[in-house]
Amino acid sequence: MSAADLITSPPAREPARHSNLTRVVIYGLLLLFAFVYLIPLVVMVMTSLKPLDEVTGGNMFALPHHLTFDPWVQAWGEARIGVSDTAGIAGYFWNSIKMVVPAVAISTMLGALNGYVLTKWRFPGHKLVFGMMLFACFIPFQSVIIPMAVILGYLGEIGNSLIDATGYAFGFGNPTVNLVIVHVIYGLGFTTLFFRNYYEAFPTELVKAAQIDGASFFQIFRRILLPNSTPIIIVTVIYQFTNIWNDFLFGSTFAAGDSSPMTVALNNLVNTSTGIVEYNVNMAAAIIAAGPTLFVYIVGGRYFVRGLMAGAVKG
Amino acid sequence: MTVSVAPTVVKTTRARRGLARQRLQNLLPKLVLAPSFILVLVFVYGFNLWTFFLSFTNSKAFASTHLVGLLNYRRLWDWTFQSDPPSNWYTAIVNMGLFGGLYVFFCLVLGLTLAILLDQKIRGEGILRPIYLYPLALSFIVTGTAWKLFLDPGIGLEKAMHDWGWTSFHFDWVVNPRMMIYCVAIAGIWQTSGFVMAMFLAGLRGVDGEIIKAAQIDGASAFQTYRRIIIPIMRPVFLSAIIILTHMAIKSYDLVLSVTGKNPGGAAELPSTFMYSFTFTRNQMAVGSTAAVIMLMTIAAIMVPYLYSELREKGR
Repeated sequence: MSAADLITSPPAREPARHSNLTRVVIYGLLLLFAFVYLIPLVVMVMTSLKPLDEVTGGNMFALPHHLTFDPWVQAWGEARIGVSDTAGIAGYFWNSIKMVVPAVAISTMLGALNGYVLTKWRFPGHKLVFGMMLFACFIPFQSVIIPMAVILGYLGEIGNSLIDATGYAFGFGNPTVNLVIVHVIYGLGFTTLFFRNYYEAFPTELVKAAQIDGASFFQIFRRILLPNSTPIIIVTVIYQFTNIWNDFLFGSTFAAGDSSPMTVALNNLVNTSTGIVEYNVNMAAAIIAAGPTLFVYIVGGRYFVRGLMAGAVKG
Repeated sequence: MTVSVAPTVVKTTRARRGLARQRLQNLLPKLVLAPSFILVLVFVYGFNLWTFFLSFTNSKAFASTHLVGLLNYRRLWDWTFQSDPPSNWYTAIVNMGLFGGLYVFFCLVLGLTLAILLDQKIRGEGILRPIYLYPLALSFIVTGTAWKLFLDPGIGLEKAMHDWGWTSFHFDWVVNPRMMIYCVAIAGIWQTSGFVMAMFLAGLRGVDGEIIKAAQIDGASAFQTYRRIIIPIMRPVFLSAIIILTHMAIKSYDLVLSVTGKNPGGAAELPSTFMYSFTFTRNQMAVGSTAAVIMLMTIAAIMVPYLYSELREKGR
């Protein structure tokens, strides 16, 4: 049983018997904690539904007096982000989508193939290869961003000369393409880890039998492993989606201005020092930025937790 | 003759073709793995070495190859002890200790408390558990934005308390440069403690029921059972949690910027923000790389032994 399944299963042993008073204390504490975890989100939502004077003049815990959806409309299509001319966070939201979808798809596919090779087609040194890919998950990205910036700078120059020669850059120097490359590379460690641990438990006999029947490397992968991989694919996709959507360091370093992803735009919006701070608009933008990952969490919570646990290397 | 030769020729080419196919089949797995491995080799290990190299140069706004020996390391070493006026690096180190210590400690305490409370056959566990875990789905920028508003003395907690009649309540940490780092810790603990809860909960549910039954028969109270039996059994979970949390603390970057509003005056400096500002805004890339190398070494010192032991256990 995996660690995540343990969480969702009730305790196997007899529960400790508690007096009624202890029960009350336990429930009281649990509810208090639930309140503490929920309150920042509740305050965010309520603030985003109030007019600005009610935010600055009223109590943040008070329900909206004049319920308004204007801050949401403003955040989505009208608010000025930093020094950019484009209005609202809508464009940045799509930037993030355009970056996340290919990055998640490619890194998950490569992770599945890597996991397959590392468990079913072992070669001398497979452990070292896996160990090296695993450690890559945990490096501080500060130790790679300078070289990465240099390389992406070169790619941009190639793109410029391609434009001179052919009028088209073929994706070279495109910030979204750059971020996809970066996220695929630095996500490979985790996706490989997930699939390797999953395929480790997959019966090798089935693979051997198919091999004897003459099935090729890719046939075995497509016909035998992939159809049985749905849970781990969901786990990996959710994990990668959350991580890449929430990334800030790479986004702020390699994509500037109008091509920034959502998190960078949100930070620029919230921390702009000019003019009055429109807290209600900021909060609406923050909820929009959190929306996709929260949605994924609510829909696929069980898989989300499994990914987290696997990311802590506990299989 | 020609008739008798032809089949053997066919046979040998077929055999040869079969052999080549066999060889390709044997090579194929490695060919499939190779691109990923090469990417990791170049973009992780190669780049780490590149950064390591830069830390010995005098790179300013652009990477240079002019070597200056250990000069950058000596500089950081001197700054480590320059407390009056505090150098950015000194602030970063002190804040790292404060933030890291509080973050790891309170995540562990809260995580363990929640896990133990949830493990008492609670009705509605399926509703409570996701509530403790949802902050993990948020980006640090969103978390920081929420907490910055929540703790803002002008419109947040302090204002609300004043409205409710507690006029002497004072809490301005989020705008007070000396206390900002504690707000970063609060937001970080709020975000991550649910994760630690999940780790501990998995650990608790994995404990053999027979041992606990035996303890209960011997007359141990619930508290004693946890203190003397269950928590010691969970030592490996503690170790994993501490290691994962420490490495997350060292990598914290976005949270600082969003809680403090772009880290005004470097008040909430951490090694990660130090590295970034020296490299990209102060044009001292060599110093930035040196800080990056120190971060990498610290994380490697924690993670490598951990991953090694994890992999070895799995191999058994």
